[in-house]
Formats: sequence, C-alpha cells, structure tokens
Amino acid sequence: MAGMSRGRGRNQFTFNVDALGFGRGDSLPTTTHTPSPLFPPMQFQPVPLHTGEEVEYMLALKQELRASSKNLPFHIRAARTKRDVSRYSDKYQTGEPKNNTIEWSPDWSRLPKELCIKVRKPQKTITGTKQQLKQRPKVAASKEDILQKLETLEKEEVHSEEEEDEGKKKKQNDDEEEEPEVEEDYDEEELEDETDYIASYFDNGEDFGGDSDDNMDEAVY
Amino acid sequence: MTAQEVRLCGLLLQEHFGDVVENVGTHLIRNGVLTLRALAHETKLALDLVKKSLCVLVQHGMCTFGPGRRGPAGPVEYHINCEHILHMLRYPRYIYTAKSLYGDTGELIVEEILQRGQMTMSSTVKTVADRLTHNMPEGQSMDYNEVVSAFSRLVETHFLQRCPPMASAESSGTGSAETPPAVTQPSNPESHPDCYKLPYISLSGHGKRRRSSEDGEADQRAAKKAKTDSSECGDEGIHWQVNFERFHLHFRDQAIISAVSCKLDQTSGEIVRTMLRMSEVTTSANAAFTQALSANEIFRALPSNYNIARPILDQYLTLLVDDPMEFVGKAGDSGGGMFVVNLHRALANLARATLESVVQERFGSRSARIFRLLLRKRHLEQKQVEDFAMIPAKEAKEMLYTLLSENLVQLQEIPKTPDHAPSRTFYLYAVNQLPTARLLLQHCYKTVGNLIERRLYETKENKRLLEKSQRIEAILASLQATGAEATQLTEVEEMITAPERQQLESLRHHINKLDSGENQVDETIFLLESYINSTQASR
Repeated sequence: MAGMSRGRGRNQFTFNVDALGFGRGDSLPTTTHTPSPLFPPMQFQPVPLHTGEEVEYMLALKQELRASSKNLPFHIRAARTKRDVSRYSDKYQTGEPKNNTIEWSPDWSRLPKELCIKVRKPQKTITGTKQQLKQRPKVAASKEDILQKLETLEKEEVHSEEEEDEGKKKKQNDDEEEEPEVEEDYDEEELEDETDYIASYFDNGEDFGGDSDDNMDEAVY
Repeated sequence: MTAQEVRLCGLLLQEHFGDVVENVGTHLIRNGVLTLRALAHETKLALDLVKKSLCVLVQHGMCTFGPGRRGPAGPVEYHINCEHILHMLRYPRYIYTAKSLYGDTGELIVEEILQRGQMTMSSTVKTVADRLTHNMPEGQSMDYNEVVSAFSRLVETHFLQRCPPMASAESSGTGSAETPPAVTQPSNPESHPDCYKLPYISLSGHGKRRRSSEDGEADQRAAKKAKTDSSECGDEGIHWQVNFERFHLHFRDQAIISAVSCKLDQTSGEIVRTMLRMSEVTTSANAAFTQALSANEIFRALPSNYNIARPILDQYLTLLVDDPMEFVGKAGDSGGGMFVVNLHRALANLARATLESVVQERFGSRSARIFRLLLRKRHLEQKQVEDFAMIPAKEAKEMLYTLLSENLVQLQEIPKTPDHAPSRTFYLYAVNQLPTARLLLQHCYKTVGNLIERRLYETKENKRLLEKSQRIEAILASLQATGAEATQLTEVEEMITAPERQQLESLRHHINKLDSGENQVDETIFLLESYINSTQASR
C-alpha cells in the first residue's frame, strides 16, 4: 500500500534507484537516431596473426588447392545459353562444356541409376543407323508390292516424305547434336562458294530436264 | 543448420566447385531431403546440370542418397552432410599433418584423395608417382613400391579408410519377393569389417615423367595407357577416402600436448604424448578418458633420448595429477600408480581457455576477470561481483551490462514474492559454458564467411590488374622457355608500371592475410566443435 498512494511519496520507485547506475539529477545518455554503425570503432586492437613456417606452408597449400580445384572436372560451369544470333566466333569456341556430358567417369555402380548421364556419341552414326533400321522394313514392304508399279512409285514418294518428317522430328528432339552437323553442312556450302555471288540466284540448268521425269504425259519439245 | 553455417557452406562450395553446385547444395541444405525432380524444380536448372552436381557431391562424400519415404519403390532422396562441407576449410591442415607424419609421399597421397573425393589405390599410386617424378631431377623416377608402402602405412594407422560398399550389389541374389532396390543406404564405414584391409594389387613400375614439349601427345598416350593399365590391377570397385575422424583425434591430442607443454614444461608434454600414443589403439573415439596406464609401462615406453630417472617420472606424474587443469588423473595405485588422460575434461578446459581469451581480447582484462569469476562461482549478484572482482562499482556495472548485451553473460531472476516486485527480487548473473561455446562457434562461422567474402571482393575489384599480371607472366614464361635475351625480358616486365606493381603487392598481402586468418579461425572452430561434440557424446 505504501507504493500505491499517489499523493505521498510520489517520487519513490519500486526498486533501489542506486542499482540503475545513475542518480536522479544526472543526464541520461543521448538517444540514438540512427542504427549503430556497420564497423564500430574497436576499443582494443586485435592480436596479430600467427607467423611461422607451418603457417606459411599451410597458406601456400590453401592457395594452391583453390587454384587447382578450378581446373578439375568437378568444377561445373553451366553451358552458355544460345544467344539470338549465331556468331562467327561460335565456330572457334567449341571448348564450351555441354550440359549433357560429364567430364569424368565416376564409378556408376556407387551412384543411383537416375544420376547416370550417358555420354552421347557423335550423332552422324546414330542417325545413319536409325535411318537404315527404319528404311529396311519400308523397303521390304515396298518389295512386296512390286506387281503394281504405280503404287510402288506412289509409296516411294510417301516414304521419302515420311523420312523427311522423321528427319524433322529427330531434329526437334536432338537439337544440339544435329545443329553442329547442319552447321557443318552450311559451312561446307559457304566454303565451296567463296565468291560474293549469292548461290540461289545462279541457275546452272541442271534441274531443267529432271522435273518432268515423273509425269511422262507431256511431250518433250 | 544455422544461417551462418548455410552461408559458409555455400561460399565453400562456390569456391571449389562453382556456382551450379553451390546452387544445388544450398537448396539441399535448406530443404532437408529432396528427390531429383524436386531439386531440379526448385533450382530451376537443367536436369543434366543437377545430375552432374549431385554426382560431384556424392563423389566427395558430402551428399548421401537413400530410399525415400515411399520405400524402395519410390524416388531416391538425397541428403546433404554439412560437416563434410565445413571440413573443406581444414584441408590444408590435414595435408600438412600427413606431410609431418609420412613425408612428401604421404602428403601427396592425402592431397590427391582429398581433391578427388574417392580414389582406388592403383590410380592414387600412379598419380602420386607421376607427380613425385615430375619434381625429381632428371633421370630419377619414383618407384611404385615406395608409394604403395606409404599408402599402406596410412591405412594401417587408420588415416585412410575404404568407402562403405553399396549393399545393392549383394542383395541381387535374394528372392523375388524383395526386389533389389536401385539404391540402398550406405552403411557407416566403420561397420564394414574390411574397412582397413589393403587389397592385393599387382602394380609395379615407375612414375612417368611428363615432358613439357610433348604435352599433347603424352596426355593422349597417358590416357590410353591408363585405360589399358587399369584392367591389370586387381582392385576394381575398392575406393578409399580420408578418415576425418582419425585426423581430428590427432589434432585433439596435439592440442592437449601443446597445452601441457605451455603450462608446465617440455618433459611433461612428452610424458603426456607417450601416454596418448600408447592408448591410441585401445581408446575409442568418444571415450571420456584413455585406458589406465601404469607408471611402469609409461617408464618403459618413454622415448630413449629422454633420460629421466624413475623417481623423477613419478614426481612429474604427481605434478600433472595435482594441476588444476586436470589433464591427467590417477585411477589406482597398482603398478606404481595407474594414470589416465582425461580427454573430455581436457577439451572442456581448452574451450574455457578459448572463451576467456576471446573476452579478454575484445573487452579488456577487467571484463575477463569478471567473466572468469562468473565461470567459477556460477551465480552472483551484482554487489558480489563488484566485491569479488575488486573493481569499482560503476565500471563493474558497465562491463557487466556490456557482456550481457553481447549474450556472454545471462541474467537469472529469482523472485522473493509472488508479485515479482523488482525491489524484492534477486538478480543473479551467470555464465553457462556450453551455450556460450555454441554462440562463439556461430560467431566463428560468421567470421570465416566474412573473410571469404572480403577476399572475393578484393579479387573482383582488382580483376583487371590480376589478369594483366597473369598474361605478362605467361608471356615471360614462354619467352624464357624459347631462350630470349635479357633485354626482351626487361621490356616485357616493364609493361607493368611501378604503381601497378605496388597495387599488386598490396593486394597479395591482403589476400595472404585473409587466407591466414581463415586458417587460424578454423583452429578455434575445431576446438569448440570438439568440445561441443564431446558433451553430446557423454549424454
């Protein structure tokens, strides 16, 4: 009850004032307006680092490890995404890592099967065998219908269209592997004609007689 | 995992393995266990990149995989091992220890295995022999047998161990009811009985010297040779990894011996070293104290160059037992006295000394006096602190409150009355060693993270200058190889101007300081981690 009376003993606190560390008349420390500084000044200087042969050897080891780990195959860099325009320098920068290859061969028996990245061989042989595999049943099918020549001719036309479709699908599926092959074709074509003349403007007349081979109805003049 | 540990792991992964692995690793740490698809979705990376990163992490033992929550039929879940990533900070120390114990050969063996994660014995031997031959003078080459003997010694003293085998290979013979899972949990390496058994391999030959002029051809020939050679050795599928626990026991022993040598004298340090060496094989990793050794055994096992008489040895042992640090304890009287080394208590004392020294260096010796007082006397009121520490009241108050704001000292209220009136409550200050040690450990992780970031910042700021100096060094090296004149060399050297040279020099100095700081903080981290682990093991 002594502390609850408002009138008497108004300036009494409920605890021992001396324990606060300052008297009643002293000024309070200034209020802070900003957060404390990021690098507050230190009261005591830090002790200098150890020195000695052991320390320097470990320092050299650390720096060597750091430098050599950048050259190991474990240092993974993402393949650069294709920019919008193909550039001349792309032909000379084939050292870039591809995302779907792994540069070292771990012991696959110690890793789960889903992590296995099969390194794909160059695409030419695989597409060649695929095309051969798919051609053989179609060639066998066409051999069975030799009796009707018109139908075989029509089927050959259909087969070539289907092969083109399969070729397009393969191109869509295996973008990266086919593009270097396709680019190589373009490069070869460009290298063959080193002149300034655009190849498509020049018509060397080879296609003149060949177009009319299929339709023998019209007479040749 | 705490935020500081996650940040430090991310920085270490980025330094050694690049941004992609850092991205994958950080997501795995934050999310606990993840499947491959979930991880690819979270990190928004290509699936192949995620697969490659996981291969790298598993190869280095930082990630383990196991059957998921849906059992063996469900997708595989990956779980990251943060301590392994933090061990990367300590690689130079492991390599230096191997060098001091087993020479250059041992050093290179441990370095190769640390950098590659796991290796077979034959490939390690070949690579190390080639590297040693490269550094030897012309005409000499390193014989494989020497490297094999160094490897065997490392395995015999348990510094290297076999990687635990995958159980899926052995379970293929079971019945159809349990289909062999695509993957199983790898067991603890120590539980495998052949953990430290050396395989029999037929490997003989010399290290090959690689000539710098025919680098390309030699690489191709070496690659082809590697393919044919690997089929000859008989240790397929037996991979070796570094046994970090054994290195940590060695570091702990070193810390105890150096503490005893500093506190007492060199001879006491030697006696404790002898005791620890004798109980290496008989003491398990988490034991609180070594096996009891009699004074007679210690006397016989002392190194021969220490000619201590028997009574003097007894006096030293009595001194060690009576020392307040309690490194050595007396366990009995038979055989001239049975003595043990108190490992856990030694670690606790070393951690306490570290805490006291940190307070002393940051807040001054008077604050350290208050801190030590509270450590010993447990709970004290403010008035008692002032009296026992013999510090004037105002300063003592200020120091106590500074320590309190840094969380190094805790405040405990004990009310006398149910209404917790401040004038009728005891306020007691106390220091708890274990939580304070944990707090300091987090500060250490943050420190190392800051040091690494500052080093990356310094390197990035001066990237142009560093690249220029690297190019000039390459030009100089190629000129010297082709035998250029001195004038040409000086011309090339002058391409770097004097102020640039100064800038480079100061940059090198800063980076050396930061790296050295990282190594030193790592020593504190090791001490605090060992102490915290020892308290957890004893519970």
